Amino acid sequence: MAIRARVYVTLKPSVFDPQGHTIADALHSMGYAGIGDVRQGKYFELEIDAGTPDSARALAAEVADRLLANPVIESYRVEIAP
Amino acid sequence: MTFAIVVFPGSNCDHDAYHAAKHVLGQDARFVWHKETTLAGADVVILPGGFSHGDYLRTGAIARFSPVMQAVSDFARAGGPVLGICNGFQILLEAGLLPGAMLRNRDLKFHCEHVHVRVEQADTPFTQAASKGRVLRLPIAHGEGNYFAEPGVVAQLEASGRVVFRYCDPHGEVTDAANPNGSVNNIAGICSERRNVVGLMPHPERACESVLGSADGRVLFESVVGALAGGAVARTA
Repeated sequence: MAIRARVYVTLKPSVFDPQGHTIADALHSMGYAGIGDVRQGKYFELEIDAGTPDSARALAAEVADRLLANPVIESYRVEIAP
Repeated sequence: MTFAIVVFPGSNCDHDAYHAAKHVLGQDARFVWHKETTLAGADVVILPGGFSHGDYLRTGAIARFSPVMQAVSDFARAGGPVLGICNGFQILLEAGLLPGAMLRNRDLKFHCEHVHVRVEQADTPFTQAASKGRVLRLPIAHGEGNYFAEPGVVAQLEASGRVVFRYCDPHGEVTDAANPNGSVNNIAGICSERRNVVGLMPHPERACESVLGSADGRVLFESVVGALAGGAVARTA
């Protein structure tokens, strides 16, 4: 069955995010004083042909490890769509 | 000797590297399409600059899975000299042949200008003809050249003398103002543990003739030709 997985890739907390920083600066200059740090990431939707949600999750994690995220600078989180 | 210049979809400095090897240095040079599975007896491999696969996902992230990369990896592990320039450096990082990763330049701007780098190590096949401390004036052209590695990895690179080039001012002083992209410790280029794989963001192949504004990049090519002729590096073919 076709299962939809969502993969969120974000820079590790120890890695400076110049894009997020610039977005935060822009928001502050727009008057949004209540917004603190901003971190920018990537979002992927995968359609996976798998027998169970667990096997879809395992496959999504495998491709995130191998391609979607760079483990040197990024971490990721997988969600299986209900 | 033969230079193999790997061509990925989106490489745009492949002809510059070919010109430097073939016409400036007078060596044999050939292009190797990324779908090839062998390097056809090359003595030196260059991964050229450009925007392989449109820089989609991350710079170099798709190119590292090209069929030719297995041959490049085998060549590197056998001790063969490999030079990754700009996008070629990014591909080496993604492939795990060199440690670390590239982030967007700290000012988010694409930098296209001449910079100065200091040769930190003269014991790699690509720097052996340059004296340690020599300042080279080389062009850069990148948006993602902000070299990053975990502090422990950076410390290890520094301790083992694997930082090969560092951004500096014209006098060789390593300053933050001379760092065009925010790279940790002003790192512009590094080498592998065995020192035969070198990656750098500046473009030596575009600075091999004074008519181009600088001939300082030529020393990298002269170095590897000398290293191979002198038997200082493994000939894997």
